[in-house]
Amino acid sequence: MTTGFDEMHAADGSVRPHYRTFAEWLAKQSDDVMRDQRDEAEMIFRRVGITFAVYGLKDEDGAGTERLIPFDLIPRVIPRDEWREMRAGLRQRVMALNRFLHDVYHGQEILKAGIVPSEQVLNNAQYRPEMMGVDLPEGVYSHIAGIDMVRAPAPDGSGAYYVLEDNLRVPSGVSYMLENRKMTMRLFPELFGLNRVAPVAHYPDLLLETLRDVAPAGVDDPTVVVLTPGMYNSAYFEHAFLAQQMGVELVEGQDLFAQDGFVYMRTTQGPKRVDVIYRRVDDDFLDPTAFRPDSTLGCAGLLEVYRRGNVNLCNAIGTGIADDKSIYPYVPKMIEFYLGERPILNNVPTHMCRDPEALRYTLAHLNELVVKEVHGAGGYGMLVGPAATKVEIEAFRKQLQANPSNYIAQPTLSLSTCPTYVASGIAPRHIDLRPFVLSGKSVQMVPGGLTRVALKQGSLVVNSSQGGGTKDTWVLEN
Amino acid sequence: MLSRTADHLFWMARYMERAENTARMLDVNYQTSLLPQSTDAAEQGWRGLLSICELMPAFEAKYGKEVRARDVMNFMVRDESNPSSIACCLHAARENARAVRGTLTTEVWETQNQTWLEFGRLLRDGAFEKDPSEFYEWVKFRSHLSRGVTVGTMLQDESLNFIRIGTFLERADNTARLLDVKFSELPATPPHDGADAADSEETDFYHWSALLRSVSGFMIYRKVYRSLIRSDRVAELLILRADMPRSLMACMNEVVLNLELVANEQSAETLRSAGRLRADLQYGRIDEILQAGLHEFLEQFLDRVNNLGAGIGRDFLVPVAA
Repeated sequence: MTTGFDEMHAADGSVRPHYRTFAEWLAKQSDDVMRDQRDEAEMIFRRVGITFAVYGLKDEDGAGTERLIPFDLIPRVIPRDEWREMRAGLRQRVMALNRFLHDVYHGQEILKAGIVPSEQVLNNAQYRPEMMGVDLPEGVYSHIAGIDMVRAPAPDGSGAYYVLEDNLRVPSGVSYMLENRKMTMRLFPELFGLNRVAPVAHYPDLLLETLRDVAPAGVDDPTVVVLTPGMYNSAYFEHAFLAQQMGVELVEGQDLFAQDGFVYMRTTQGPKRVDVIYRRVDDDFLDPTAFRPDSTLGCAGLLEVYRRGNVNLCNAIGTGIADDKSIYPYVPKMIEFYLGERPILNNVPTHMCRDPEALRYTLAHLNELVVKEVHGAGGYGMLVGPAATKVEIEAFRKQLQANPSNYIAQPTLSLSTCPTYVASGIAPRHIDLRPFVLSGKSVQMVPGGLTRVALKQGSLVVNSSQGGGTKDTWVLEN
Repeated sequence: MLSRTADHLFWMARYMERAENTARMLDVNYQTSLLPQSTDAAEQGWRGLLSICELMPAFEAKYGKEVRARDVMNFMVRDESNPSSIACCLHAARENARAVRGTLTTEVWETQNQTWLEFGRLLRDGAFEKDPSEFYEWVKFRSHLSRGVTVGTMLQDESLNFIRIGTFLERADNTARLLDVKFSELPATPPHDGADAADSEETDFYHWSALLRSVSGFMIYRKVYRSLIRSDRVAELLILRADMPRSLMACMNEVVLNLELVANEQSAETLRSAGRLRADLQYGRIDEILQAGLHEFLEQFLDRVNNLGAGIGRDFLVPVAA
């Protein structure tokens, strides 16, 4: 047994109640059957083309740059009550973050009140002055939010959930959540007779409802599209999948053009007006006339139409100011400020290295801490102290000292583990959870989210670009 | 539907059809090469095949002047530097499908993807070297499957129309090229009397029956004409018979039918030229065509098909103006 918190087994080795039917079932499955099912799953994922592209790599057989994300057969199970509390916390947090974004781009009350330091916001590269005073439908900025949750052992032996980071720009992974469930149901239908697992397959419906909710005023039957950077983007499968599931067009920048204050797409029957764009393209690439001029992924003139309110973008431009790691420590205070409520979800204690005291502490404890770039993502540009070599730590120390305000440091949480198939059999591996929170006229989500698992022993990095896998995530209804 | 989507669908279908036709031509040449014949005749067959696809210069640059069966087959099946190889066609078909996988039914997409994945596996496992005919048969059947799954599962809307237009435009092009080469190797002769040309008749029989087999037309010929194989009837079958699924007439019927269903404000001229091409076939007579010169007829047909493709591109797939 590990010293941390395991989702299936209690410290004394006994199976936790919510995993009991699953563990009994698993004990009856032969190794051969489970191995066959793993092969079957991989075969199906490949045939269906559920792959992600890896930049700059070539497959061993030269077949291109498409990789499978390893799918683990053992689900991550969440008891009903835990999910209910998490759901309330997620709703609260995302509502406050949207209020914060609206405030930052309007009256800036929270800066005036001195709760978030002005310079942290106004001098931040993620702050978009173009958005000042722009009114968005329902006042929503982050329509699709992916909140990364982890669990660490609490002193009383239970596991406490923490929010590790908020993803408010273009969070991905929801297609894996849906495909993983389909796969488990296909491989082990009997499990769904033994457990009452809350369904997730209606996510695309909720997403479409959310996108239609935030159409420009006066549009009764809005045309919604998904904007993708194209088929060589690492999340292309997901873009195509969501467009198909919602029954809307999957467009690229070249399919769109702005004219006379509106955005149109080029169709075989001539131009057709577009009202809501679920864009999976970063802010910088959305409009070459407003942001990066070398971008071929966007649509010239889009920002102007957007500012006029004749098209809506999901998520909004400029949401990065709220999920920046230098803003993260202030989220609990935002919840109190905007909603007058006590935060339900925990933040991880965070040292902001721009503060000399925090920097001193961080430099003295590099071998214990996780240090991250404030704008980083995908597990790149971070140091996991306990897992790093002396050489790595010293190299990182220099980077940190050269530009302290670019970093934050957090205690290394012992992420909870879940039994996982590895080469030698079943072994505990660290996991996290990304629920997807949708905000339109109301805040909605499907139970659970995407569970990512670090397949390397002891590793805390769950990102798919760094060898992470995924699991089906069950929220039990009883 | 998005113009770009229509473009991908159109090309997905064209590349799949091209892969099938290439496999058909390779197979018939390979089968013929197993018959007793002079080296010259064998080489002429392979040369003909390369010239159908306008690939002689590219082939010579890579393999030299001598045209060997094994080299041609490798060049046309697995050579990634040859954009007309089956490998490149299947890859292009799959990439086009992947670009619009959301528009396709799951079955259509998985068929395209599976074809590409299995193709790689078959080549790696040496299935092609072991039995080229079997391999060509596999390519043909994947194309049959792809068409069947498309017709059997896709909504009958514009998506299907553009797929069908791609398939039949490509097939018209391929059948015309095949005819052109085969008739230039052995020009059509008027039916001769008497038994003085028994030798040449035997050669003729294998020549024309090979051509028929490459378009799955041997049994069809027997059924339609219940008679000896004669070049003018072969030409008639593959050009004018509306009920022969690989004939120019049948292809143009499908192209026109589907074009009419997707017509838009700017497509009148393209529809007109398609309709006219069809009418020329519909009211054409084989003796007139042969008298005026089959090669000239086919050359003109290929030009018109090519222009039609360009017109479809302009009107529907990549509209220039905003």
